Amino acid sequence: MLLIPCPWCGNRDEVEFRYGGQAQVPYPVDPTSLDDAAWADYLFVRDNHCGSYAERWVHADGCRRWFDVVRDTATNEFAP
Amino acid sequence: MRSRHSRTPDGTAPRAERLPDPPARLWRSAEPGRSYDVVIVGAGGHGLATAYYLAAEHGIRDVAVLERGWLAGGNMARNTTIIRSNYLLDESAALYGHALDLWERWPAELDYDFLLSQRGVLNLVHTEQEVRDARRRAFANGLNGIDAEFVGPDEVAALCPILDVSPDRRYPVLGATWQARAGIAKHDHVAWALATRASELGVDLIEQCEVTGFVTDGERVTGVRTSRGDIAAGRVGLAAAGRTSELTDILGWRIPLQSHPLQALVSELLEPVHPCVVMSNHVHVYCSQAHKGELVLGAGIDSYNGYGQRGSVQVIERQLAAALELFPIFARAHVIRTWAGVVDVTPDASPIIGPTPFEGLYVNCGWGTGGFKATPAAGRVFAHTVATGSPHPLAEPYGWERFRTGALIDEHGAAAVAH
Ligand SMILES: Cc1cc2nc3c(=O)[nH]c(=O)nc-3n(C[C@H](O)[C@H](O)[C@H](O)COP(=O)(O)OP(=O)(O)OC[C@H]3O[C@@H](n4cnc5c(N)ncnc54)[C@H](O)[C@@H]3O)c2cc1C
Ligand SMILES: [Zn+2]
Repeated sequence: MLLIPCPWCGNRDEVEFRYGGQAQVPYPVDPTSLDDAAWADYLFVRDNHCGSYAERWVHADGCRRWFDVVRDTATNEFAP
Repeated sequence: MRSRHSRTPDGTAPRAERLPDPPARLWRSAEPGRSYDVVIVGAGGHGLATAYYLAAEHGIRDVAVLERGWLAGGNMARNTTIIRSNYLLDESAALYGHALDLWERWPAELDYDFLLSQRGVLNLVHTEQEVRDARRRAFANGLNGIDAEFVGPDEVAALCPILDVSPDRRYPVLGATWQARAGIAKHDHVAWALATRASELGVDLIEQCEVTGFVTDGERVTGVRTSRGDIAAGRVGLAAAGRTSELTDILGWRIPLQSHPLQALVSELLEPVHPCVVMSNHVHVYCSQAHKGELVLGAGIDSYNGYGQRGSVQVIERQLAAALELFPIFARAHVIRTWAGVVDVTPDASPIIGPTPFEGLYVNCGWGTGGFKATPAAGRVFAHTVATGSPHPLAEPYGWERFRTGALIDEHGAAAVAH
């Protein structure tokens, strides 16, 4: 069970959150110019490494806000 | 229908099926050579089956299987051993159906009794929509030659008498699909069987040898870098399950995979009470009884990416609550052990098998939560792909390009339950 640091509520139990996957994946600036390969990358491909990972969570059963955190995917430790 | 595990006429419980004897040294433990025709990365079930088929069907015996840990200590050692082929889509039915055919042939072919137990799988449904979906899947299975039928609550009760099918439950059992040829197999023994036969055919099985990179010549992969030195290879096949993107990242190739923790647990040993495999997508638990007597329970993945081989407690809590909803008789059973694996999930919940953008490099990954059942077919089609350089017909739809063409094989939700 993760203890997730909500920037507004502090450390809260994982059951209060929903996961949003990799953080900082911007919507394409000029969507109409994307070819199939670029669309596939945007839609389907996310980083998936072992180690430090920037990701999104929403505090669904709390303040209901989205935020980014950095977690180590091997140790589950959150970066300060 | 009578339960296979019902008591004998004199009232005593039948003995659990006898396990095969623990193996002595079954395969050669090899030192890494300087070069091989084929190097397979990962000695899970898939890597071992691939090596076996490369040697047995393609005559390629100069093969090494490199394993970072111990042989078959990854997801192969951690899964809940459920085998079934009642998938909805044609591509899946063909692949998993082939796997089930091979499972039935394997004990004789590999000359090894790994306790394939075709005790049948019930996929329960608890809502009207699920009833429609299950019927649809059973009809689709029928059209694809897969033995599956829709059964009502009374038949469910007859197949698995310990299930509570009373209509006043919070999630009443409205029916199920039943696949009689489905079941379980003793996973470790499957790995040992494959290792034994592959080793006899000349394959080098090398443990404690982590692949840390690739030797390349332009866009061609010509070998692997390992914790025990470089090894040249005519062809390299990745069968590294949850850690695949760690390897493909090195090449700068981003592949649509996300690795998640997936947990399972077992109870103490109990007398045989549970005659088949029961899965429920809706309350999300699945359960069978191991040959030795433990109840084996699984549920879904943890939502977040993880390589830690441990999952979250709330998943276990929910899965136990779901199990009790279905099987009130388990209320006093104790949990003895929980563990987790790292499973690689694709956006359409189907595996990725085939050539890669790099010449000489082939990939078999993305089996997510359900690749054990596919082991024979995965090995066979991947061996074909590596040996011939082009996909086996059954693997053809599973190339990574499908995420660009849009020809997804979307088994998310279409399949009966995660595994
Ligand atoms: C809890 C749980 C329950 C499951 N239940 C079922 C089920 O009931 N039915 C079902 O069909 N499937 C199930 N699965 C899924 C199934 O276990 C996997 O899909 C399947 O094992 C994947 O193929 P594999 O056996 O080759 O993977 P693995 O056994 O994980 O093999 C991959 C191997 O590669 C090695 N490796 C990784 N990176 C490197 C490297 N860089 N160098 C060298 N070696 C490396 C790993 O150590 C590992 O041994 C379950 C999985 C889990 C975790
Ligand atoms: Zn909050």
